[in-house]
Amino acid sequence: MYHTKTLSELSTMLEAGEVTSVQLTEHFLQRIKEYDSQLNSFITVTAEQALSAAAEADKKRKAGNAGPLTGIPFAHKDIFCTKGVKTTCGSKMLHNFESPYDATVVEKLQQAGVVMLGKTNMDEFAMGSSNETSFYGNVKNPWDTKAVPGGSSGGSASSVAARLTPASTGTDTGGSIRQPASLCGITGLKPTYGRVSRYGMIAFASSLDQAGPMAQSAEDCALLLNAMSGFDPKDSTSLEKDVPDYTADLNNPLDGLRIGLPKEYFGEGLSTGTNEIVQKAIEEYKSMGAEIIDISLPNTHLAVPVYYVVAPAECSSNLSRFDGVRFGHRCENPKDLEDLYKRSRGEGFGEEVKRRIMIGTYALSAGYYDAYYIKAQQLRRMISDDFTKAFEKVDVIMGPSSPETAFNIGEKSNDPISMYLSDIYTIAVNLAGLPGMSVPAGFSENMPVGLQIIANHFDESRLLNAAHQYQQKTDWHKQIPEQFK
Amino acid sequence: MSLGPDDVKSIAHLARLEIDEKNIEEYANSLSSILDLVEEMNAVDTAGIKPMAHPMNVSQRLRADEVLEVNQREIFQKIAPKVKDGLYLVPQVIE
Amino acid sequence: MEWETVIGLEIHTQLRTKSKIFSSASTAFGAEPNTQACAVDLGLPGVLPVVNAEAIRMATKFGLATGSAICKHSVFARKNYFYPDSPKGYQISQMELPIVGEGAIDIELEDGTKKTIGITRAHLEEDAGKSLHEDYQGMTGIDLNRAGTPLLEIVSEPDMRSAKEAVAYMKKIHSLVQYIEISDGNMAESSFRCDANVSVRPKGQKEYGTRAELKNINSFRFVERAINLEIERQIDVIEDGGKVVQETRLYDADKHETRSMRSKEEANDYRYFPDPDLLPVVFDDAYIEEIRKTLPELPDEKTARFVSDLGLSEYDAGILTASRELADFFEAVIGQSVDAKLTANWIIGDVSARLNKEDLTIAECPVSSKLLAGMLKRIEDNTISGKIAKDVFNGMWNGEGDADTVIDKKGLKQITDDSAIEAIIDEVIANSPDQLEQYRSGKDKLFGYFVGQVMKASQGKANPAQVNQMLKDKLS
Repeated sequence: MYHTKTLSELSTMLEAGEVTSVQLTEHFLQRIKEYDSQLNSFITVTAEQALSAAAEADKKRKAGNAGPLTGIPFAHKDIFCTKGVKTTCGSKMLHNFESPYDATVVEKLQQAGVVMLGKTNMDEFAMGSSNETSFYGNVKNPWDTKAVPGGSSGGSASSVAARLTPASTGTDTGGSIRQPASLCGITGLKPTYGRVSRYGMIAFASSLDQAGPMAQSAEDCALLLNAMSGFDPKDSTSLEKDVPDYTADLNNPLDGLRIGLPKEYFGEGLSTGTNEIVQKAIEEYKSMGAEIIDISLPNTHLAVPVYYVVAPAECSSNLSRFDGVRFGHRCENPKDLEDLYKRSRGEGFGEEVKRRIMIGTYALSAGYYDAYYIKAQQLRRMISDDFTKAFEKVDVIMGPSSPETAFNIGEKSNDPISMYLSDIYTIAVNLAGLPGMSVPAGFSENMPVGLQIIANHFDESRLLNAAHQYQQKTDWHKQIPEQFK
Repeated sequence: MSLGPDDVKSIAHLARLEIDEKNIEEYANSLSSILDLVEEMNAVDTAGIKPMAHPMNVSQRLRADEVLEVNQREIFQKIAPKVKDGLYLVPQVIE
Repeated sequence: MEWETVIGLEIHTQLRTKSKIFSSASTAFGAEPNTQACAVDLGLPGVLPVVNAEAIRMATKFGLATGSAICKHSVFARKNYFYPDSPKGYQISQMELPIVGEGAIDIELEDGTKKTIGITRAHLEEDAGKSLHEDYQGMTGIDLNRAGTPLLEIVSEPDMRSAKEAVAYMKKIHSLVQYIEISDGNMAESSFRCDANVSVRPKGQKEYGTRAELKNINSFRFVERAINLEIERQIDVIEDGGKVVQETRLYDADKHETRSMRSKEEANDYRYFPDPDLLPVVFDDAYIEEIRKTLPELPDEKTARFVSDLGLSEYDAGILTASRELADFFEAVIGQSVDAKLTANWIIGDVSARLNKEDLTIAECPVSSKLLAGMLKRIEDNTISGKIAKDVFNGMWNGEGDADTVIDKKGLKQITDDSAIEAIIDEVIANSPDQLEQYRSGKDKLFGYFVGQVMKASQGKANPAQVNQMLKDKLS
């Protein structure tokens, strides 16, 4: 059936006239209806708009104006502003927010012809690694509905894994694409910082946030990245750099590819099961002609501490605009201005968001700025320099995406620190602005394990090439949880 | 580094967050544990290292001075909690 | 005890860009509330700022005009605070690395001496919206049209020692920003306003006293009054055995008092940090040199040239160059080959007096530079006397046409015909036998009487020089 196909396969079928966009859209809408009550992966389903967009796409294709994504059903993480459609960011704060404008990513994908099925659930304001902080309830992992899907792009990961949508967008501030992709057994890519516009993507930590595709395969990700990337004059941090065709290098042989294995990614804290799977994947690469080089990223242990200063500092300021004045939640009968601010924000934000705002506020406050914020920025440079040095010797770096497979819902929700540590292998990549991927590499005790691949700035093509070649040899990315087949 | 209830209150005030009195202790504990986690940074000597505010070494692009926006007040105020005569309303600001 | 006042000013001047500093919304004044507040100005979720090139250029221009250091690598930072006219919950400003560094500007004191006032820095930031306190169901209305208008905040050293010096400095900066065309300087629309940091100390003491900050003063008169009030207040406090507290105070022009704004004090922890949505603004020497080329002649340079090339006095030159418009007007008149001193006298005298009386600026003067030049030429060629010129000027002011038309219509043309003047003189002499006798017997002072009578008889139109000469001949 359609949902077992990758986006690339569906694209070929549409092109060949074997299926229409309306048929695909109906099929996936039906699946959402049937299965999402088990997963809670969507916050909003836009069935009506989707069907009319699909009809439009079919017309376009008939007229010969179709691209590879025209008519492909698709989902957006609910962090992207979508005009006229509720955009909640997983928060009560925005329970009533219908964005008056489209995010650049939404616009670009729309221009490429995708058909939006709806908006996926997420950790509130993208702060979380388990999707338990969403105001709209936690999302479940299709491989085991007692387990978390990871976060913050948990709804996107879960819906793609259960084949409720062929693909989705995600955003990644400290691992929010790669970690849930890993935990749900799908392919997710976080591009180089600045590759994809942040305009219209509700900011968590501006210097770390980056949007990317979440799909079944590297090939799908390449097609989506082609459409999502590019310079945006509305985003000062967007880079004026040509976008290559990311599908062009997919079939390059991996002969001589130099893969660095940082010893810090295989030490204490990594579960045995995950380690075994990752080692097997690396063996596979060896068999494809890659050269394995042991490297060190000596400041890896500092990534989590640095991140938990930098990200909260930026978020404490980014989230100040949610004040109950111009949009979003406003408390009832504020007695004065301070009451309006405090209650609107106190009621609108959940616990984890408040926690991070407070940590960030503290880290920036008088007397602590140098000790926390400046110190973290200095260490950020050291972490980044580790990668620069490593990429003098290797083409890509590989390791686990997450130290363990999906944990159970509720298992870590009362222990923020252990939750934070589940992003230990992904965070440094954001601090350095590098592109990274998570690729399904097998199962440990029936739960998916992701292989993380990291490349140098703007080297997404190489990442995708490495992932695609692996996916030609393996079929982990083709696995579908039994109950969602 | 550990934060007490008074610290939590003053931070929450600075961030304009209402915090339930009964949760203050819990916030104090969780914030303190985050600060403990962050403490690891202090073990590293960073003298002379330039702070890195941004992952890419690039500079600001400048926009031409052109008016491109049109009046969208009606659209923007449709999502506003309280407006009158085109103004956003807030409890009286006393100066 | 003798007290010394120490004053530093923070001047906020709106830059006259067409669009806002971080968005493409219009900066035009006076639009309907919130019709010029776009998604970026409103701080909607997901929006991002992009820097206006013109704001950077204008700030750089100011730096060059004050001989200040130009920071080739400047950084925008967020100043975090909650206030309804600040929609994002932070203001984008500059903290550690402002675009303009140290510089200086000379002011002229009342006794004619010059004093150099140091400029600490000038940085770019976005203006806030406006709170309207009229009653909206007991609430305050917020208009964000002004939010995001570019501001240059010019911070002085604490170099001023009196309210008068502060005003002189503020006027000098006010004139300069208009000269270099980076601001319209419109104080009524708040595009030019200042905060004053005021402290007092016993004369001779090295350390500064505790200062109070007077917020948001938008007229020269108020600056002087507010500072003087504050000086008195602080001296009173100290002499009564109290201590001045560091605080923000508001000048209330209606009540003529300054009062504490404790509400603003309380949580002044702005948590500045580099704005992660913006990158460092970096430019090279070539960019700076290009902007330098666009600098007009600055007030001090113009003054010097008026003195050395046109022979004006320092004082007159200073008045004429106090505003770019006045200087331009003056230069437009002398550009039509009219004597500079005559022009200066007229502009500083009659023209300015009339403008003051009618509360108009030189730009609004109904007598254009061309009209004035036309009239002054008629003085130079003896068609009219300086005195008659005042009537001609009035005629032109009232829209009766150019000088020649007014002279013609009113018959104000000077009488220069010797025989016509002689006839009048003869008549006057014939009608004043007594005075003639007294004059001839040595009462020289009576010469003035005869001049007066002749002028009167000619309705002021007789050429005074000719009258003088001919009378002398006749009476001797």
